[in-house]
Amino acid sequence: MQRFILSKKNHIALISAILIMTGFTSELGFKNETVAVWAFVTASVIAATPIAIQAFQALKVKVVSIDVLVTIAVIGAFFIKNFEESAVVTFLFLFGAFLEQRTLNKTRSAIKELTEMAPESALKQMEYGEFEEVDVDEVDVGDILLVKTGAKIPVDGTVISGEGSVNEASITGESLPVSKEKGSSVFAGTILDNGTIQIVADRVGEDTTFGKIIELVEEAQDSKSKTERFIDRFSKYYTPAVLLIGFIVWVFSRDVELAITILVLGCPGALVIGVPVSNVAGIGNGARNGILLKGSEVIGDFSRLDTMVFDKTGTLTLGNPSVSEKVYYGEGIQEALGYLASIERESDHPLAKAVLTDIGNTRFSPVENTEVVKGGGITATVDGHRVAVGNVALMEKEGIVLSEQAKADINRLVANGNSLVLISVDGELKILMGVRDQIRPGVKEVLTRLKKLGVKNLIMLSGDNQGTVDVVSRELGLTEAYGNMLPEDKADYIKKLIEEKKQIVAFVGDGVNDSPSLALAHIGIAMGSGTDVAIETSDVVIMNSDIKRLPHALGLAKATARNMKQNIFIAIGVVLFLLTGVIFSEWMNMSIGMLVHEGSILVVILNGMRLLRYKLRWKPFK
Amino acid sequence: MKKATIQLETLACPSCALKIEGAAKFLDGVVKDSVKVLFNSSKVKLDFDEEKLSVEDIEKAITALGYEVIKSQVK
Repeated sequence: MQRFILSKKNHIALISAILIMTGFTSELGFKNETVAVWAFVTASVIAATPIAIQAFQALKVKVVSIDVLVTIAVIGAFFIKNFEESAVVTFLFLFGAFLEQRTLNKTRSAIKELTEMAPESALKQMEYGEFEEVDVDEVDVGDILLVKTGAKIPVDGTVISGEGSVNEASITGESLPVSKEKGSSVFAGTILDNGTIQIVADRVGEDTTFGKIIELVEEAQDSKSKTERFIDRFSKYYTPAVLLIGFIVWVFSRDVELAITILVLGCPGALVIGVPVSNVAGIGNGARNGILLKGSEVIGDFSRLDTMVFDKTGTLTLGNPSVSEKVYYGEGIQEALGYLASIERESDHPLAKAVLTDIGNTRFSPVENTEVVKGGGITATVDGHRVAVGNVALMEKEGIVLSEQAKADINRLVANGNSLVLISVDGELKILMGVRDQIRPGVKEVLTRLKKLGVKNLIMLSGDNQGTVDVVSRELGLTEAYGNMLPEDKADYIKKLIEEKKQIVAFVGDGVNDSPSLALAHIGIAMGSGTDVAIETSDVVIMNSDIKRLPHALGLAKATARNMKQNIFIAIGVVLFLLTGVIFSEWMNMSIGMLVHEGSILVVILNGMRLLRYKLRWKPFK
Repeated sequence: MKKATIQLETLACPSCALKIEGAAKFLDGVVKDSVKVLFNSSKVKLDFDEEKLSVEDIEKAITALGYEVIKSQVK
């Protein structure tokens, strides 16, 4: 019975509205007091029933909820025969709850969309090789599954046959399809756009990357900041306090009307719901854009950020070095290039790849007597010529005389942050190449944007040599940049920033060997597409390592923090307004109090909803 | 000791969460500190002693308050 009444709350609100209208028409239109009174009494009784049930249930578990305040107020109104007020107040309370539910669902929609992307069924290979549709919970590690075009990939797995392209937006936030073939990894919750594949399940259910993301987001949207925990504790004592004040007022003034008005005005609605609403909408917006913000505490810290530290050169650069400059000396360059390519073709040195790509098509010759000189390079015989490929040290060892011009070129290239490759043929320097990492496209705009958002210092801590670091730093306009740093040096540096300079520090890293720094910084930002360590130790995860999302993440955190403050401000403002109203004005009564109270709840929810549409306004770079 | 995750109908007011938390903590066999009601995702997470009560008992306590249980998972 109780459940039936509670489930029909919305219908009850509707009937009550009709009765109230009947009451007012007969009172004002037909001057028929009897009908009016009966209409108001019926409206009050039916609308008060669900509220009273909720109040009773709350009291059973020792919680003085808003329902308790409203129920007592309604009983009081009955006592002084003010049926009109009791009818309006109960109706507004129910109708308000209905609107709250509707709007709350909207603010939660972004995260709901995400959880609804969870796969539900799978085509599993059975004993005799045929595929049968089963619930995703019945899939175990090692099972073989068939995924057809348009279907969701049910688990994390490896493709064993077939090929196709997959939309991984649910994991990376990137809607560009990724092609998959035998041996590729696929992720649960992503969609096979075309093709048909068979996969073997590696991780299932909550262990999949998608499962972990959902769990994190769900925990995050309900995690509470210090302010929120304070508000929670506060509201636990607040409602009983309001009840007590109402009672005291009644004892001293013997004015039931005033006492019950205080009960209604004291409802803490907007204050309790304001912050969670901003939180859920902000985190939802992030989740849609490939940004995981782990809770409101993180949002608070992130929004007050002073310093952002980058973990390595590779976060800001492309990480695949290429030849930036070439200098030729003397004759026979074409042959020298051919010899160089022939030798580099056999090497797996990182610079070799850059050199080969740069040379492109050439004539390859057989290489003999290859000798690797540690910390220097390679010497070999090609086409009967003695060829040395390596650094300056190797050239000196080979007894090659460098001209003044060559020395000047070398100094210039080093100053520009290049690693050097020198090639000598038969004791004569022929080619000097500078190999350098390139800045990632768009990084410069990202950093400018971050500065505009209020980040004071941009710092890079890198394991690379200081020369390389300085070049990147100068090109990007970083505040400070340090080279030759080991992971523990980085952690020490972060500690110093926090303890000595009292800054709010974010550390951006891929989490592979920088977890101490990620954990130490106020905000650890993991650039990763699903590495477990990074997701777990960090506070913010940028899903597909796309640095361009950083400004959105920061802007969103700031907007969310601002939104929370606005909501707290609105809530407290409304309570103060109502209290002054009841003390200094004639027109304040229960109905107006309830109207303003429900109105303020809707206002904070609608305000929170704005965050779902938050977008960083700036022109994307070409 | 088992871990239960109970999915409820959408919770609309933070005081609903308080009530459910209170009700779950009242049950004998539920680890009091483990009870967590996630307001936004409308979920209850808690640890309980499977020898003292079953997940159905917990569900019953919650439905008695007037909140519908949609799905529960025990690990």
